Amino acid sequence: MTTPDLEVASLAKRFADYRAVDDLSFTVERGSFFSILGPSGCGKTTLLRMIAGFIAPDSGDIRIGGKSMQAVAPNRRPVNMVFQQLALFPMMSVGENVAFGLARRGMPKEERGRRAAAMLERVSLGGAVHKRVDELSGGQRQRVAIARSLVLEPTLLLLDEPLGALDLKLREHMKIELKQLQAAFGTTFVYITHDQSEALVLSDHVAVMNRGRFEQRGTPQDLYYEPATAFVAGFVGANNRIAGRVVGNSGDIAEVATAQGWHVHARKSGAVALGAAVEAFVRPEVAALERDAALLPKEHPQHVGIVQSLLFDGANSAVLLTEEVSRFEFRVALPQTGRFADLKVGERVYFSFDPGRAICFATADQVPS
Amino acid sequence: MTSTPAQRLWQRRLVLTLLLAPALLWLFALIVLPHIDLALLSFRTRSAPRHYQPSLTQYRTFFTEPLYWHIFVRTAVLSAVATALTLVIAFPVAWVITKVAQGRASALLFVVCLIPFWVSETVRALGWLILLRESGVLPALLVKLGITAVPVELLYHDATILTGLVYTSLLFMVVPLVSSLESLDNSLIEAAYDLGANGFAILRDIVIPHAAPGITAGCIVVFMLTLGNYLTPTLLGGKNSQWFTELIYTQFIVRFNWEQGAAFGFLLLALSTTMVALGLRLSGQRFVDVMRRS
Repeated sequence: MTTPDLEVASLAKRFADYRAVDDLSFTVERGSFFSILGPSGCGKTTLLRMIAGFIAPDSGDIRIGGKSMQAVAPNRRPVNMVFQQLALFPMMSVGENVAFGLARRGMPKEERGRRAAAMLERVSLGGAVHKRVDELSGGQRQRVAIARSLVLEPTLLLLDEPLGALDLKLREHMKIELKQLQAAFGTTFVYITHDQSEALVLSDHVAVMNRGRFEQRGTPQDLYYEPATAFVAGFVGANNRIAGRVVGNSGDIAEVATAQGWHVHARKSGAVALGAAVEAFVRPEVAALERDAALLPKEHPQHVGIVQSLLFDGANSAVLLTEEVSRFEFRVALPQTGRFADLKVGERVYFSFDPGRAICFATADQVPS
Repeated sequence: MTSTPAQRLWQRRLVLTLLLAPALLWLFALIVLPHIDLALLSFRTRSAPRHYQPSLTQYRTFFTEPLYWHIFVRTAVLSAVATALTLVIAFPVAWVITKVAQGRASALLFVVCLIPFWVSETVRALGWLILLRESGVLPALLVKLGITAVPVELLYHDATILTGLVYTSLLFMVVPLVSSLESLDNSLIEAAYDLGANGFAILRDIVIPHAAPGITAGCIVVFMLTLGNYLTPTLLGGKNSQWFTELIYTQFIVRFNWEQGAAFGFLLLALSTTMVALGLRLSGQRFVDVMRRS
């Protein structure tokens, strides 16, 4: 087995009373695309900056390519970072930006010019060598920032929400480009983001981070279909969150009653005792919608809802219902056939979902909200 | 009320003219007019009482009299040295204010730089006198510490003049430096560090190129102030100061030779203009950009 490119062992960092990174251990395999997904303030930036060397950890160790990085300054680590604001040097041309790191290694001018040009060619910016940074578009700048790091052939490329500053359309485009670049170069990428779609689309493995710890690590599919905690279920992808208490148990399915008296069924994750406070999660695309109750699958419990608003978003269109008994807001994805294009606000409809595809978690010490 | 586009254009011009009028009047009355008069003065000699004729005598005197020429060069060189020293001292100060100190500490440091300017330049120069004269604070301290056997006279040296000039000019360098360093994105420094640069390379390749307009602006202001300073060199340098502004003062006030004084004034103007142009050329900056960006 090859040495993982990144090994993090019991890493911790506190700021005053706040644990930014809390006893974290993980490894990232060579050549993989690893994302750390979490809300702002979860400690992901602190973690990344510790790997880059800008922040010293309180305890624990970081090994890159098998070597401990304790007391190794950022400019001596085999790691490069793509900054959130890209941080291209405006006082230099595109070519000089890419050659900057090579120059710092003492490479002769001709050689580094050649390498920078070749690297820009690889990111399809061959003609931009002599351009000024501000003459480039957002996407091109992104590629220069990546080229500037990759030309140094780092063991690890760190990316700090590099798509955050781009507009939506370009972001979608750059997602694909980043994935292709990573595949082409084979460099190990460690990517942090708060955007779950970026993490899911790009990564081989994703770690969901919350309050300085990893809630779950796994493939994007694992996170989406088998969330380990309520936080992951709520953070990754759209989900209806239904808080209540367990009033019945049959096999691995629990019956959950909300405070307003709505009963839903969901698969239990871990031990969920009768009477325990739980949160059930139902994805909008899991629920089926019908005007005629008889058309819904017979084996699933049925619910009645009133159309409250229509959320048209092309293929991601959904309808927001209020459950008839409890007035609970429930989101159901609309089928892409356009079958419910004529749905009206105030209409009474039926919906159901497979309890096996819904999941509930005990909310240990939290009051259901 | 409706008005034609031509009328509106005319109205706009009128408003603009009225708004600019005070500034233009000020420029004309206090800068242009006196200089025209000085120019006329400098190019004439008195042939008989109340009789004048055009001549280049004043300028010839300057170039043929070694003392004048010497003082002129000395003033230029010392001013350049003072400017360079001010830059070297002000840069770390501006760096600490913008990049090291946070929030209130940064504002406080800036105020500390500003406080000496609440006191008039004369009083500040007299403060240096109290500190540096033979019977002053610093020589007494040196004796007490056993560094010198007897109190030494610290006044009336070139170093004293430079100290005073640097002290007087510091704020005018710190302000443009702070404003240009403030706009330097910290992530640029981190990115350079991340790409393998050491502190020196970051300073040379990132910080100085970014701060260049501020550095140039500060140097221009400090150089002009220093070159035209009269009080500090006279008080701290005494008879040895040999500052060019003193020559001008002497010609106008003591010798009552306005023609010669005017010629010296123009030579000083030419000197500062040349030096600034040279500085801009050497640093590859344009005056308009420098003034806009700092």
